[in-house]
Amino acid sequence: MAEKQYDWAAIAKNPKFVELHHKKTAFLFGWWAFSCVYYFLLPIGAAYTPGIFKIKMLGVINFGYVFALSQFFVSWGIALYYAHVANKDFDRLTRELIDELHL
Amino acid sequence: MTMKKIIIAATLTLSIAAAAFAEEPSKATAAPGAASAVTAPADPAAPAVATAAVAQAPTTAATPAPGKPSQKRELKTNKVITIGMFAVIIAITMGVVVWAASQTKTASDFYAAGGGITGTQNGWAIAGDYMSAASFLGISGLISLYGYDGFMYSVGWLVAYITVLLIVAEPCRNAGKYTLGDILSFRTNPKPVRAFAAISTVAVSTFYLTAQMVGAGKLMALLIGVPYKTSIIGVGVLMVGYVVFGGMVATTWVQIIKAGLLMSGAFLLSVLVMAKAGFNPIGFFATIVNSPDIQDHVSKLVLKDGVILSGVEAGQRFLEPGLYLKNPLDQISLGMALVLGTAGMPHILMRFFTVPTAQAARKSVIIAMFIIGGFYVLTTLLGFGAAINLTPQGIISVDPGGNMATLMLAQQLGADIAPIFGDLFLAFLCAVAFATILAVVSGLVLAASAAIAHDIYVNVIKDGHADQKEQVYAARITSFVVGAIGIVIGIAAEKQNVAHLVALAFAVAASGNLPVVVLSLFWRKFNTAGVISGLLVGTIASIGLVMVSPNMTYPKVIAAGAKKIVVAMETKQAALPAGAVLEEKDAKALAKARVDSTLDGTSMLGLDKPLFTLKNPGIISIPLGFLAAILGCLAFPNRRSEEMFDEVYVRQNTGLGMAKAVDH
Repeated sequence: MAEKQYDWAAIAKNPKFVELHHKKTAFLFGWWAFSCVYYFLLPIGAAYTPGIFKIKMLGVINFGYVFALSQFFVSWGIALYYAHVANKDFDRLTRELIDELHL
Repeated sequence: MTMKKIIIAATLTLSIAAAAFAEEPSKATAAPGAASAVTAPADPAAPAVATAAVAQAPTTAATPAPGKPSQKRELKTNKVITIGMFAVIIAITMGVVVWAASQTKTASDFYAAGGGITGTQNGWAIAGDYMSAASFLGISGLISLYGYDGFMYSVGWLVAYITVLLIVAEPCRNAGKYTLGDILSFRTNPKPVRAFAAISTVAVSTFYLTAQMVGAGKLMALLIGVPYKTSIIGVGVLMVGYVVFGGMVATTWVQIIKAGLLMSGAFLLSVLVMAKAGFNPIGFFATIVNSPDIQDHVSKLVLKDGVILSGVEAGQRFLEPGLYLKNPLDQISLGMALVLGTAGMPHILMRFFTVPTAQAARKSVIIAMFIIGGFYVLTTLLGFGAAINLTPQGIISVDPGGNMATLMLAQQLGADIAPIFGDLFLAFLCAVAFATILAVVSGLVLAASAAIAHDIYVNVIKDGHADQKEQVYAARITSFVVGAIGIVIGIAAEKQNVAHLVALAFAVAASGNLPVVVLSLFWRKFNTAGVISGLLVGTIASIGLVMVSPNMTYPKVIAAGAKKIVVAMETKQAALPAGAVLEEKDAKALAKARVDSTLDGTSMLGLDKPLFTLKNPGIISIPLGFLAAILGCLAFPNRRSEEMFDEVYVRQNTGLGMAKAVDH
């Protein structure tokens, strides 16, 4: 396994890597937490605030249905937004870091 | 070699544990009043599901209630067309296997398709790996019988992919090679960690596989009238064939083909449903609310809770929560298992090793999310469409669990165009269900075999000293053995209640695997002791809680429920005018309840009633898994693991030093 040897500790301290790490951590865990909160509002809301779920919004279509359907769009939205940010920021920072290290 | 003995002992214990679970007799009325949401879509064709749904209606607790003659329907497949379609699918997939076999030369080819799958292909394959016949038939069935709750149930299965996308997909692609053990053993003591990771992988896969195999056997028996055993052996032989000869390449393409078929079937059927509604979504929902059959069905459902509703109010109730999922805590617990468990599922994690880069891994999850989410949105149309066009009463008359709703709908809407279309469309969807089963079980067998052959045989027993030829040989033999065991368990578990095993698989993945994967990737201090204590406690807590939960059978609880039915029926009989007798279904219910009320004894663990009231252990076992992983690690700190964190962290973020697809 003839792999190139890297000085991992040095890369970990590289300002570019630190920047990448901070941006990524904030983004990933932040949006993950948001998606969880948004999702658990559905079973919790359905159980404890059924009155809100019954409010009709469009013809006979009620808030509960719209809210459940919105879960799909919110999930897709987060996925697309993440792809956008990752392709634009995270991948660029990674490339710059690798260039800087002459790897 | 002691390590070897430990592993063999552990593997044996595990298979016995799986068998013991399967040992639970499937007495339907096991859990009166408990929301059986989790279990229902888990296993589309098992009568356990069917009866569980009926169990909520004490008065109809007998066999499938014979509906009014006008609503009585049946599902009859055209055998020639259906078997023809099955043959086409078998022929195509066999062609794929022959092609894939010629491509499978190294261990990397076998486990990870040589890293040569593109992001788009992998996205379809993930969807194909993930959506079981339960999603396809079970959820639309739930919607057709319980409306809104069925739709709400489906949401968690998609949201789960946010965790996969944001937390595990890319780091795993960068940090691992073929298995969960690869990710976890990076900066820990590899042998024990690999051994425990393999055990947990095999546990999750066995639970899931057992549920799938039993469901497959029942479904095939129902669809084309092949006996249960023959179906299991047929499905099993194909599954073993795909994996043993074609490895990951064949498995991937079987999954891609299946996902394509599933989406085409769902899309086509949705178009027919919407065409019937004049492509007017608001009108479509208005039809639901105004359908006298749905109104009648809902009135009867809510009457059990002592609520009186009728007319449009009852119809509207079909679009509101609470007809089926009645225990919010159980739903939250299940939601936690889904959101965290999907990302800990070995057969899903394994898919990320088949793509060349982290970017491709990212792309594949996003594509999978659109396919899976799109499918569940279409499922709503199918479920409600079935309720409108077939009536809930008609659906129940074929299968009380509603699992046949989609298939019946295909037949009816096709036949509306021309009778032959009905047969063709039904046959097509049966073939889709068949392909669905094959794709899911193949992925599971591959994941379990990789854990045994790559982690235990090559890395623990042989210390990593095995040449490519030996590795591939070991992988093939293991797949064969795992597949054969799958067939045996499938046959043995025919009469057992296996529906809760899918939820259990997700709970183990969420409580055992996910905490240690996340902590390995993101926490500097994490080490060997943490991995082992996390995996052990998470897995044992999930299994233990399920064993004392309402999922098991408690004869005394059944007897108590049956006594109430006896009293109710006798009162009803007494109220009848002299000479009149109970309706046939009531009389049957009474006869059955009289037998059941004499039941005595305890559950498998000697309990009179459940100790833990939820069907889903996640809400307790997931925090326990995290806690055990953290405490275990803090109790036995390890300097080397901490020092190696920089390497792991840089690797997983940048992909530097990544295991190359073209082997070492």
